[in-house]
Amino acid sequence: MTLQSLDILQRSATTTPSPQQRQTLEVAKLIDVTKCIGCKACQAACQEWNDLREEVGINEGSYTNPHDLTANSWTLMRFAETEANGTLEWLIRKDGCMHCADPGCLKACPSPGAIIQYSNGIVDFHEENCIGCGYCIAGCPFDIPRLSKKDAKVYKCTLCSDRVAVGLEPACIKACPTQALVFGSKADMIEHAEERIADLKERGFQNAGLYDPAGVGGTHVMYVLHHADQPELYNDLPKDPEISPTVGLWKGLFKPLATAALFFTGLAGFFHYVTVGPNETEEEESEKDEEKTP
Amino acid sequence: MSTEHGRNLIDRYSPAERLNHWVTAITFLMLAFSGLALFHPSMFWFSQFFGGPVWTRILHPYIGVLMFLSFAGLALKFWHHNLLTRNDIMWLQHIDDVVKNREDRLPEVGRYNAGQKLLFWTMIATIPLLLLTGIVIWRPWFTPYFGIGTIRLALLVHAVCAFVMIAGIIVHIYAAIWIKGTVGAMVRGTVSRAWARKHHPGWYKRVLDDERR
Repeated sequence: MTLQSLDILQRSATTTPSPQQRQTLEVAKLIDVTKCIGCKACQAACQEWNDLREEVGINEGSYTNPHDLTANSWTLMRFAETEANGTLEWLIRKDGCMHCADPGCLKACPSPGAIIQYSNGIVDFHEENCIGCGYCIAGCPFDIPRLSKKDAKVYKCTLCSDRVAVGLEPACIKACPTQALVFGSKADMIEHAEERIADLKERGFQNAGLYDPAGVGGTHVMYVLHHADQPELYNDLPKDPEISPTVGLWKGLFKPLATAALFFTGLAGFFHYVTVGPNETEEEESEKDEEKTP
Repeated sequence: MSTEHGRNLIDRYSPAERLNHWVTAITFLMLAFSGLALFHPSMFWFSQFFGGPVWTRILHPYIGVLMFLSFAGLALKFWHHNLLTRNDIMWLQHIDDVVKNREDRLPEVGRYNAGQKLLFWTMIATIPLLLLTGIVIWRPWFTPYFGIGTIRLALLVHAVCAFVMIAGIIVHIYAAIWIKGTVGAMVRGTVSRAWARKHHPGWYKRVLDDERR
């Protein structure tokens, strides 16, 4: 989605700063999994607002449908059953882009302006600039972007950047019947989460907590979890997500150093030529040689 | 010995070898420019040579397969000329004499000097690795068959190998410009007798022996 009404904080494959003068409000979506009833209204609302239609699939014995995020399904209710805490628990997590403050997708993207981070925190893909290389998929610590088979471009949750730009809440928030999904400024969402966590602790969930992982600079989609100490229980939500060190090395140190090294290798050649000079062969030697050669 | 050119010139590369070299060279240049376009934003504009960034992404791996096949031809043809000898170690120890054009202080060089040989083995090390890692990161065709850790490692190794290879080829191109009389070897297939005696005396002796027969 291209929305020039939103201020840009970071832009993929761009080495100079974006306009930063205006101060805008950082937003966040809070997903309270303890209030979620798994109705999938958010999933349906996402498809409807974004004009997406998922293919009808098959049942594999779980309510999770489709089985994974796709280029058409930017959010997905993932259902997990666990007895890890002494009793059977049905843990439902709304999966989708976390809108990291330090987005691995944006760091990995080679195409200028294909991935944008707005100053409100939303990380958005601009598909018209996407070249289909899939580097963002390797960069993402949450396995979110999906490459379309139709157009070889990547898609993911936009946090309804188009709605947010005109003061509306994301479509999923609007559709949630239990207020498990709420949207507002990040500060307000953290405050709201703290009330919920205090309530959950009173009700016996000692390890209830907020999922706003510091390894990616915090996220603009946060979870309230009953078992914040065991995020893996919620269909492998990573415990300490961070940009992979391999991707960090490739896109961090190596990229500028290798570029500079190649430039200076070429330059060294030129300077060698203008100082030491070319290595020339005296051709008259060869005439003498021809006399010697029978 | 060919008689199509003057007696002052001797054959170094056959037409088939030259063709093989230049197919490799052209595919290499296309790969380097398209790869660098996707490596650092300062070179993203190279993608315009290929019909835009999407075409750059589409074409790069196919050209890569071509270069691998073409280079395989060179490798099979020339590997046995590139085995390192004791003289090569001495040559490398005298690298300062090499860069300062003091060839009289160098041990006798055969068909290839140690620098050329090391470049050959650098290509032998990097090109197959570039092919293998390139397959892992070739979307949309092959990447889905690999795990995320493998994909990330392949992306890094591909970039590192490409860097080593491009740096090596910059040296290779510069050496051809620096050592006068070299470009003709790969363009027309011939070098002068004086060039051969000056830069590759060991090889020139064998050429003379062949001529006497």
